[in-house]
Amino acid sequence: MTLSQQIITIAMGVIGVHFCRLLPFWIFPANRPIPHYIRYLGKVLPAAMFGMLVIYCFKDIDLFTGYHGMPNFIAGAVTLALHLWKKNMFLSMAAGTILYMILVQQVFVAA
Amino acid sequence: MANRSQIFAAAKAAFPYSLPMLAGFLFLGISYGVYMQALGFGVLFPLFMAALIYAGSVEFIVATALVAPFAPVSTLLVTLMVSGRQVFYGISMLEKYGAYVGKKRWYLIAALVDEAFSLNYMATVPTGIDRGWYYFFVSLYLHIYWISGAVLGNVFGNILPVNLQGVEFAMTALFIVIFAENWMKEKVHDSSWLGLGITLFFLVTAGKEHFLIPTLFTILAVLTLRRNKLENKIIRLEKVE
Repeated sequence: MTLSQQIITIAMGVIGVHFCRLLPFWIFPANRPIPHYIRYLGKVLPAAMFGMLVIYCFKDIDLFTGYHGMPNFIAGAVTLALHLWKKNMFLSMAAGTILYMILVQQVFVAA
Repeated sequence: MANRSQIFAAAKAAFPYSLPMLAGFLFLGISYGVYMQALGFGVLFPLFMAALIYAGSVEFIVATALVAPFAPVSTLLVTLMVSGRQVFYGISMLEKYGAYVGKKRWYLIAALVDEAFSLNYMATVPTGIDRGWYYFFVSLYLHIYWISGAVLGNVFGNILPVNLQGVEFAMTALFIVIFAENWMKEKVHDSSWLGLGITLFFLVTAGKEHFLIPTLFTILAVLTLRRNKLENKIIRLEKVE
């Protein structure tokens, strides 16, 4: 690839991502009232998106080989339990992440 | 218009809120920088791609496209398919990123990654702090963490002294925490269940390469078809409060 072809390829990524980010704001400009249906979606979509993102993070787990995603499930459950109990975002995330790092580095070590 | 001290106050207040993402973003950025180096690219490529594309999965896709035969249209199409969920974030943020934010709303929109959406949607902006600037700095800090990681990974990737394996779990932890926060705040859990259930269904049936698009369309369809029911339920339960 020449440099200009590389720049065009990168530009395709830039255009594709930012088109998706800008689209709703172009269709529903700030100076006009947002249609009721879209306001409804804006209210109910986030919860569904958060659910989607949680599942999305577990997409690379292989349930049938290796450790069956054990480190992910254990650290995920601890993060959730800790958060429901203490409601401290930083604590839940730090504890969950450090636990996961210990699990994959020390306990469930790739054979 | 916010004055200089209000902007400074927002910058200060937003920093601790963005901090839980520092390690995770740096690490993901580093893996991306290392990957670019392995493909033979110098620091300018990850720097500009991290700053301008600013979407983890798309940056990896474009990186792969850079070492393949020139195919801009297919690169664009794959990018659009992977980024479809961004449209849903935009719809959710129409009011929070509304006209009151001023010109900087265009930066907020351009920087609307999964994590900025989650953090800013759930943010409780401290009293006395300008909301628009608070969102702005949360977004900016995340952007800086990401770019720094990409550059560090590209330049120093091979000589990192600590074993960071597993730190990418910070993303998963963030989304679990945000999901739990939202769950405790909402009175009606239908939408949360739909998001979990529909995504899991398509992940199992369509596989991890193809589940996103059917998931997004099905979530949209179910929420649309159940609109009357769901709206009434929300109104009824919010009245009880």
